[in-house]
Amino acid sequence: MAVLLIAEINNGELNVDATAKAMTAAKKMGDVTVLAAGASAADAAAEAAKIAGVSKVLCAEDASLGHRLAESTAALIVSLAGDYSHIVAPATTDAKNVMPRVAALLDAMVISDISGVVDADTFERPIYAGNAIQTVKSADAVKVITIRTATFDAAEMGGSASVETIGAADNPGLSEWVEDKVAETDRPELTSAGIVVSGGRGVGSEEDFKIIEALADKLNAAVGASRAAVDSGYAPNDWQVGQTGKVVAPDLYIACGISGAIQHLAGMKDSKIIVAINKDEEAPIFQVADYGLVADLFDAVPELTQKLG
Amino acid sequence: MKVLVPVKRVIDYNVKVRVKADGSGVDLANVKMSMNPFDEIAVEEAIRLKEAGKADEVVAVSIGVKQAQETLRTALAMGADRAILVVAADDVHTDIEPLAVAKILKGVVDEEQPGLVLCGKQAIDNDMNATGQMLSALMGWSQATFASEVDIDGDSATVTREVDGGLQTIKVKMPAVVTVDLRLNEPRYASLPNIMKAKKKPLDEKTAADYGVDASPRLEIVKTTEPEARAAGIKVGSVDELVEKLKEAGVV
Ligand SMILES: Cc1cc2nc3c(=O)[nH]c(=O)nc-3n(C[C@H](O)[C@H](O)[C@H](O)COP(=O)(O)OP(=O)(O)OC[C@H]3O[C@@H](n4cnc5c(N)ncnc54)[C@H](O)[C@@H]3O)c2cc1C
Ligand SMILES: Nc1ncnc2c1ncn2[C@@H]1O[C@H](COP(=O)(O)O)[C@@H](O)[C@H]1O
Repeated sequence: MAVLLIAEINNGELNVDATAKAMTAAKKMGDVTVLAAGASAADAAAEAAKIAGVSKVLCAEDASLGHRLAESTAALIVSLAGDYSHIVAPATTDAKNVMPRVAALLDAMVISDISGVVDADTFERPIYAGNAIQTVKSADAVKVITIRTATFDAAEMGGSASVETIGAADNPGLSEWVEDKVAETDRPELTSAGIVVSGGRGVGSEEDFKIIEALADKLNAAVGASRAAVDSGYAPNDWQVGQTGKVVAPDLYIACGISGAIQHLAGMKDSKIIVAINKDEEAPIFQVADYGLVADLFDAVPELTQKLG
Repeated sequence: MKVLVPVKRVIDYNVKVRVKADGSGVDLANVKMSMNPFDEIAVEEAIRLKEAGKADEVVAVSIGVKQAQETLRTALAMGADRAILVVAADDVHTDIEPLAVAKILKGVVDEEQPGLVLCGKQAIDNDMNATGQMLSALMGWSQATFASEVDIDGDSATVTREVDGGLQTIKVKMPAVVTVDLRLNEPRYASLPNIMKAKKKPLDEKTAADYGVDASPRLEIVKTTEPEARAAGIKVGSVDELVEKLKEAGVV
């Protein structure tokens, strides 16, 4: 079995956490080659070569591969597909954009967001917002898969695979990048942070989200949010945790003013320890919380911030 | 320009899903079904394009069991002009895979020649997040996924996408497939008069075979199980007690 793992690269930099977690799943399927593709990808390729267990890294640098535009990236992956039984990627928004396109071009059914590898053909994946786990066996000649990183530990570093430079495929020229709006932050990334502090509608305003951020900063944590908090403009979209946002599984997840709708739980219920702070003792979030505190968050969160550390 | 909106009939998002004890799937008998929430957003966007004079016809299409008619009537009541039902299964427990759905949709697109297909980003039952991208691939069209803003301007569309790092704006050539995210718009409710009017709007019925598509699955469902339950936790009485517990657990 030969596996092509698509490295997660943002602006030329390897997302080591996502790629190394996907590597752990990929290794269970066969011998792993990593593809580093982008407008600039050489540094990321060199970094990916250090992930333990990687056999080889292919590096494709071309302007058409910048910003991970779906059509040109999919064309490149499809041009390489003949050599592989599995084409896999961490389930980031970039991969969710590209991989179903790759699968359709190869006449394969994509297997999205797997949380377990049973064998090289059989995989587990959550459905219905994580209310059920389905085990599926693929009959396709090539398996195209995205991997839920929250459920796999990162592969170690310390490898030294060779890097081979390859060309891009023809650019179909169907789309062009215009701009990115990315907030600069010194905080850890949401999907790899050891601690996440999240706020919901109960926080009440963008201004008051600062008390959530203050607690996060005290703990060197990432900040998350419920959909209601994002929809209301208290928090940016990339903070959304849940069925249709990011899936996190930190050591500690602190939910403040979040009721615990199933769509939110889908994104955080595999966290090791869950703390809920909510003034409604009936809130469903308490059913998954290891430690529940029935309190007004405007009192409890600042007090917690002050008493920690 | 004609806009095609694929809408899926799914379990209502408020329903607590039950896994069948024999591991054969999720119980959908006598459960409230609704239009996939993302597809309501797609229908809304299509209607707004028509109201803005950028589209002249909105066609809703659904693939699945006969009961998906109801979902299409909802789209018609919201303001779609006509609907196409492609019957591809008899049993409500049969989910048609995105690859097969995309192939059938390709057949519909070839026939209808829309300038734009507006899909939901994800069906909340199978959580695949794949159909729009697959259709775009089969058509050889451009794609713009997870849209929170769509601006159509002649032969191109400028789309802002919700991505892991924040927001990305791209410009795609038309015709295109756009998949919509939660914050694109707030879908309207159908008014009673519009629900009545929708009963008279045209709804064509087809089968997968009409498009020459074999809808049999590529993924064999080995089993469906409940996720592991979390052990029950405790309530703490104060912030001090919480801090103590977290220190004991070694996480702070
Ligand atoms: C298709 C679809 C996809 C979705 N995807 C997601 C997703 O990915 N992520 C997600 O989070 N949601 C998602 N949702 C939305 C989800 O169903 C809920 O609506 C949402 O999670 C609710 O957010 P919330 O808990 O912040 O708000 P609410 O449910 O309104 O809860 C607010 C809570 O704050 C508490 N509170 C209020 N004031 C205070 C105070 N002063 N102190 C302490 N507690 C207080 C209240 O008691 C209440 O429990 C999705 C919904 C749909 C239909
Ligand atoms: N059976 C179906 N009938 C009509 N549209 C569908 C169907 N399945 C998926 N879609 C469309 O594709 C989107 C993404 O679905 P999925 O790829 O299954 O997550 C949905 O939001 C719908 O717009």
